[in-house]
Formats: sequence, structure tokens, C-alpha cells
Amino acid sequence: MTMPASTNSGAEKLFLEHEAQLRHWRRIQSALFIAIFLTLVLVTGRIADFDLVKIFNGIPRLGEFIHNMLPEIRRGHVLEDLQEWFFPWRIWLRLLWETILIAFLASVFGVIAAFFLGLAASRNLVRNRIVFFTARRILEIARTIPELVFALIFVFCFGVGPLAGVLAIAIHTAGALGKLFSEVNENARPGSMEGVLAAGGSWFQQIRIGLVPQVLPNYMSYGLLRFEINVRSSSIIGYVGAGGLGQEISTSIGLNSFTDLSALFLIIAATVITIDLLSEKLRHHFALKGLSRI
Amino acid sequence: MSKLLQSGKSGDGDVERARQLLPSVFGNSVQNQIIKYGFWLLFCALVLYTLVIFDFSPQRLLSGLAKLGHVLSFMFPPYVWQTWEEFFEPLKAIAETLAMAFLGTALAVLIAFPLGLAGARNILPSSFLRFGMRRSFDLLRSLEQIILALIFIRAFGLGPLAGVFAIAISDIGSLSKLFAEAFENADRKPVEGLQSAGAGHLQIIRLAIIPQVLPVLTSQVLYYFESNTRSASILGVVGAGGIGYLLSDRISANNWPEVMSLLFLLLVTIAIIDAVSGALRRRLIAGAQNNPHGKKTHD
Repeated sequence: MTMPASTNSGAEKLFLEHEAQLRHWRRIQSALFIAIFLTLVLVTGRIADFDLVKIFNGIPRLGEFIHNMLPEIRRGHVLEDLQEWFFPWRIWLRLLWETILIAFLASVFGVIAAFFLGLAASRNLVRNRIVFFTARRILEIARTIPELVFALIFVFCFGVGPLAGVLAIAIHTAGALGKLFSEVNENARPGSMEGVLAAGGSWFQQIRIGLVPQVLPNYMSYGLLRFEINVRSSSIIGYVGAGGLGQEISTSIGLNSFTDLSALFLIIAATVITIDLLSEKLRHHFALKGLSRI
Repeated sequence: MSKLLQSGKSGDGDVERARQLLPSVFGNSVQNQIIKYGFWLLFCALVLYTLVIFDFSPQRLLSGLAKLGHVLSFMFPPYVWQTWEEFFEPLKAIAETLAMAFLGTALAVLIAFPLGLAGARNILPSSFLRFGMRRSFDLLRSLEQIILALIFIRAFGLGPLAGVFAIAISDIGSLSKLFAEAFENADRKPVEGLQSAGAGHLQIIRLAIIPQVLPVLTSQVLYYFESNTRSASILGVVGAGGIGYLLSDRISANNWPEVMSLLFLLLVTIAIIDAVSGALRRRLIAGAQNNPHGKKTHD
């Protein structure tokens, strides 16, 4: 960046002064930002036990753990070794099915609850401020409290098993989806609802005929996305006794059966990827449908 | 459509013609309806089947709800920490949760930034390398955070350090992908300007691409920090420190009043984080729109 030969005119002087000022201010800002950031890193590092010695000591143990998880597969005996690795596959397959069903039922319940809570939490649909405020707070609480905490409480109340897992994930789903649904409702075009009102429709008819057909494709696509997330959650929620594959993870860790653990991780990863792909296809379908209706 | 309306008279022939022209207006065909009802029938059957095998009997639900009612009644009034020493434990747990989220996000950004550069089409034109990059981002994203936490607890012991790594590793994939997309969407004009002035590859990245995308990236990172604060509160349940650890401990001890207070503390903390980070994000987005380097000012 070479400047043309200086003519020392007043305008140029002013420009240079202003530039210097800006650069100075910029430098102070950057320094301040870096200082704050570094302080935060140091403080949080201290709190989170981020100790380099500890990390370096942990790395060999991590390697050892991963090494332990790898099954012994000999050349010439691949099939038998694979069979031994996935020996309890009957139990795992049953639990995998249970995992998917937990996610499915929790998504269904969650979507139903989110539909009603989402309506109550939409500013354009509800005039009553108490209803609106309450619905918003319920949604916030439902999505902020972690699923595993709900699961712990429900396992205590409903006993060990998938029922507790379904309820825990359903509540979280209702919270997360209810917020998204209310945003979709608020962004819906008011025309069709006003039309129903002008034709003498009641509030319910406005929702049923004016709103739902517009927003349904969006709901479906959000619901499917949530189902993907719920499969991930339900695969580990058994860790606290709420059904599904997670309880096998917990026992394998307890019994130090590392190859079982790696087999379970593989099963979960494969399931999650398969369901993501399938649901992505369906979501594209609904997204196109949603576009054609606008 | 308009031709039909202009014809004036409405006979059966017109309706028949319209039905042929636009069958979808006159309701679904028989075949579509069979598919639709078949789908819903299957769906309801699956729901019923699940309800039965999961033992959603009214009896069990009622007794569970009664027990839940007891638990809720035990939660009120919530426990109030009396002394500073007593209050120190939950405060430390919240601080640990926030620290895990912050360090995990920072570590993920540190690693995801160069990976994102390498994954962007306009920066690394070699498609073979980029394809490998993108696929490995996808693989990283499919790893479940809690499973990672369980692995890292084996290496680093119980405590927040395992949580930091679980958050960092599981976010590297998604952040790299977001960064790569942001770099690809950067405006070409500043890049071309620098190229014509004879700037090198690194100078172009530093002076043309980064200033354009920085506000967007920062806002995405802040969003991830928010979401990580929520996930960090779960990780403790499996032993990775923070408020989750305290919560699972109090639940297993049936100390319900304190569970309630801890949940309240968690709700307040997350509300504050969301509010602060949301305000910052709105400012960043507003700033990006006034940014002289930004896209908006060009047209």
C-alpha cells in the first residue's frame, strides 16, 4: 500500500490524523478484548481443573482405554471374532428397538403437548396475557431442565424402565418444540385467519382452518428433526435406568467390558446416522410441501 | 384457470374439465387417500403397541403420578442455603458448569477455525481433500456428547476436565462445518481487490475474508456457548462435574428441597446467559449490517 507523494494539504493531514486516531482506538479495543478473554480462559481453566500435567497424564490412559475397546480380530478368524465381539446381539437388538420406540413415543407426546403449549405461547393468537406468560414460562422450564434430571426424578416415581425415559424426553421435547412452534405461528400470514374470522368463524375454526394448514409442514419438519435428537437422547437415557441401550453402557462400564462398550458405541452411531439420513429425506419432502403452500 | 372462469356458464362439462385439469383442487385421489389412511393406521398401531410394551397402564401411571405429587410437595418450600460456606458448593458447581461450557467452546473454536478454512471451497480448492474434511466433520458430529464424556472420564478421572473435552470434541465437527460455509459465503469483491493489488494467500484470508465473516462467526459461537451451557449441566449426571453432579447426588439422596433450589439456580443462570448472549448476538448482527466490509453496503 504505497501512498502518492505527500502534498501536505490540509485535507490529507486531517485524514491522517483521523486514521491514526481510529487505529489507536482500534488497538485499545483489541487489547482490552484479548485481556478479558485471557482472564476468562485462566479463571475458567482454574475452575474446570484444566491442568496441563493432568491432561498429559491422561492421554496415555485415553490411549489405553481406546486400545482396550478394540476387539481382537485375527486374520482367518474374522467372522468368529466378529461374532464374539457382538455376542449379546439379541439383547442389544431388543434394546435398540426399545431405544427407537422411546424416541418415537416421546416425540409423539412431545409434539402433541408442544402444539397446545405453542398455541398458548403465540403472541398473535392469545390475547390473555396470563395464559401467554404462563405458557412461555412452562416451555422455558421444560426445555432448560436437562432430560437426564427429569429421567432421574421419573425413575424414582415410575420405577426403572422405558416409561420414565419416555416421559422425561417428552417433556424436554415439548419445551423445545413449543418454542419453535410458537415462532412458526407468529410468522404465519394473518390473511387466512382474518378471512375465517370475517366469515364468522370461531377462534377454534380460525386455528383449524386458517392456521394449521399453513404451519403443519413446518411442524412436521421440526418434529422429525426433534425425533433425530431424541434418538440420541434415548440411547443414553438408560444410563440412569430409564430404558434403552444406555443401561447396557452403564453395566459395561461397571464390569469393565470394554469391547462390549465399543460395540454399543458403534451400534448407537450407526443408528443415529441411519435415522438422520432417513429423516433428512422426509424433512426435505415436508419443506417442499411447505413452500408449495405459501 | 382464468379461461374456465371466463366461459361464463357453469355446466357439468366445465366442472368435469376442471377436474381433469386440476385434480388436486377437488380433493385427493382414491389412491392417495388409501396411502394417507394406511399411514395413519400404521402410526396409531405403532403408538398403541409402544404404549402396551412400555406398560403405560393407568394403574402404573396413577401410582407414579401420586409419587410425583409427593416429590413435588416435598420440594416446597425449597431449601435456602443459610451460610456462605453452605452456598459455596452450589455456586462452585454453577461456576464449573459455566467454565466447562466456556473452555469447551473456546477449545472447539481454536481447532475448528483452521479446519473450517481447510474445508472451504474458495480457500482450499482441492476437492478431494475438502471432501475428506467434510465427511470427517459429519463423523465428529455424530458422536454423542455424553458418550464422549464417559470416555474422557476414564482418562482424566471424575470432574469437569472430562466435560471440557467432551464438549470441545463434539462441537469441532459442527463448528468446522458452519465456519467453512461462512467462509464460502464471503463476498468475492474484497478478495479480488486484494488479489489485483498483489496480496498473498494468507493476506487475502486475513484482510478480505476474516473481517467479513467475523461478526457472523462470533454470533454462531455465542449461540454454541449458550447451548453448551445447557449440555454442560447434563454432563455432571455421568460424573463430569458441575451442577448435574450435584443434582444427581441430591436426587439419589432424596433431598428434594435442595433439588428444587438447585433447579431454580440452574434456571436463573441459563436465563442470564441466554439474555446476555442474545443481546450480544443482536448487536453483532446489527453491527455486521453496518460494517463497511459487509455485503449489504455494496448494493
